[in-house]
Amino acid sequence: MLFSDTIQETYEALTANRVRTGLTVLGIVIGISSVIALVSVGQGAQHAIESNIQSIGSNLLTVFPGMQSAPGNQVRQSVGSARSLTSEDADAIADGVAGVAAVAPELSGRYQIVARGTNVNTQVVGTVPDYPLVRNMTVAEGSFITETHLRGVAKVVALGASARDDLFGEGASAVGNTVRVNGMQFTVVGVMEAKGGGGFGSQDDMVFVPLSSAQKFLAGDDYLSTLSVQAERAEAMTAVQADITDLLLARHRIVDPDEADFRVLSQSDLIASASSITDTLTMLLGAIAGISLLVGGIGIMNMMLTTVTERTREIGLRKAIGARNRDISAQFLIESVALTCAGGVIGIALGWLAAYAFSFFDLIQTEVSLISVLLAFGVAAAIGIVFGYYPARRAAGLNPIEALRYE
Amino acid sequence: MIEVRDVAKIYGAGENITHALRGVDFTIEDGEFVAIMGPSGSGKSTLMHILGCLDAPTAGSYFLDGKDVSKLSDEELADIRKEKIGFVFQSFNLLPRATVLRNAILPLLYAGVPRERRERAARAALLSVGLPESHFNHRSNELSGGQIQRVAIARALVNDPSLILADEPTGNLDTATGEIVLETFQRLNADEKRTIVLITHESDVAAHAARIIHVRDGRIVEDGRNHARKSLHSHHS
Repeated sequence: MLFSDTIQETYEALTANRVRTGLTVLGIVIGISSVIALVSVGQGAQHAIESNIQSIGSNLLTVFPGMQSAPGNQVRQSVGSARSLTSEDADAIADGVAGVAAVAPELSGRYQIVARGTNVNTQVVGTVPDYPLVRNMTVAEGSFITETHLRGVAKVVALGASARDDLFGEGASAVGNTVRVNGMQFTVVGVMEAKGGGGFGSQDDMVFVPLSSAQKFLAGDDYLSTLSVQAERAEAMTAVQADITDLLLARHRIVDPDEADFRVLSQSDLIASASSITDTLTMLLGAIAGISLLVGGIGIMNMMLTTVTERTREIGLRKAIGARNRDISAQFLIESVALTCAGGVIGIALGWLAAYAFSFFDLIQTEVSLISVLLAFGVAAAIGIVFGYYPARRAAGLNPIEALRYE
Repeated sequence: MIEVRDVAKIYGAGENITHALRGVDFTIEDGEFVAIMGPSGSGKSTLMHILGCLDAPTAGSYFLDGKDVSKLSDEELADIRKEKIGFVFQSFNLLPRATVLRNAILPLLYAGVPRERRERAARAALLSVGLPESHFNHRSNELSGGQIQRVAIARALVNDPSLILADEPTGNLDTATGEIVLETFQRLNADEKRTIVLITHESDVAAHAARIIHVRDGRIVEDGRNHARKSLHSHHS
């Protein structure tokens, strides 16, 4: 049979019962569109996290305190819980490791901030004047924390752009005003340029105080929560990472690197660990959507079996006039593949639209990748073959005499 | 030419064994119009299935145009049907939503005949059964019973078969319409020298054939020229 004949016959067969065909295709449409939409959410989340991590600075290494494990104490606590990093460690890295451009120690915590009766709870970062350099930030208004503030343990604060918006109103001038951080009066000396990048841990939400002030007034001790180190060149990252590790091991008098009370991570380490989470998320979402696709496939099989039964006499006739078994099975297989491919195309369009709507209404920035589109279409076609195979075999296996007599 | 040599067909096994045909012998020359007649259960349907290559005999041989087709596989039989046999059924079996022309073309789709040639063949076949060209693009479910059966005859003709097998072709038609269909067969036999085998249990229908083979209990009980033949133009006189 010519290909164009096959297309025409398939079209005629599928349009014979439009409602049934439509409902069956709908199953595949829902399955495919949810795969496309949900995977786009997963990939959007992944991309958001990656660009967040990229945006915190270039050639950046971050030193985290290690786990708290006192001698004889079997209970291990989470990374970052130990109080093992000090300002002296930061100075030692700045002075003792080659290839380091800048070091920014941080002591951060969440505190209540009040201005003119507006109340926000946000991350307060105690740090040093090099912080904007390391973290790739610029000042929009006023200045950042200075050496003088640091030495004077001054009660001054620089606000992230969103924090300013929340406290003083969008775009308002804040420099010179006072805010209460954890109940204490701090004077606003500057506002940072917005960096954008939505999602969690945005630097725009943070406020910055001198490290010395954070240690004295907020945390009440001298330890650091993290230490950011900027390397001079991207190629030197690995060497700098190793040198910092060696230096801190020596300073903390630890012989076995496995026992280290700190961890040095590069941005690619952070991205890798974040990716493993978002990959799992994407897979989970894809699997949920996959189940609905499976249900759609069963719907296809159901319809094809019904069709074969209804058209038993037609099958008998076709065999009587010389159709071979493979002509019959091809006819029904092509019908089911046509169903699922039509469902696939509509589903891709619909899923894309849903993904676009998620982005448009600012729920989450989604990304529809070409791979997920091609994969979805391939899966749709494969479902047509898998779930059409049994009905097609059944049609081809009919005895022509019995099929012609079928009432 | 059709040669049937000692053909037997047995269905089932053990206690449920059925001897549908118990050794049947006959020859049909090209251009003959033969009726195979018998009551239900006589084995005439089984004989039709074997003649139509829908089924293979249990024993004996069947030569169609000199080729023994009694031992072919299902797929080889499908090819024989495609090339050499045209079927007309009691229940018409047209595709209801397809046009008249497309129904007539159907056997040529499986034969892979190019578009233009097969359309020409289908038009010629439809005209030869007396269907006006104005009906060619009607859907077959818009036609009358007599017209439907003539489309089915055109479909049986379209591959230029060695044998046209008609299984109770007038069974679902009233007498007058049935008469038109039978006349169509007679004309195809007379004018185009088509070989036609008509399976029926009605002597009135069988009377249109030139030769009648009577089947009963799986055996041929009578085979001879039909002296009381209803001729092509009998009803005009």
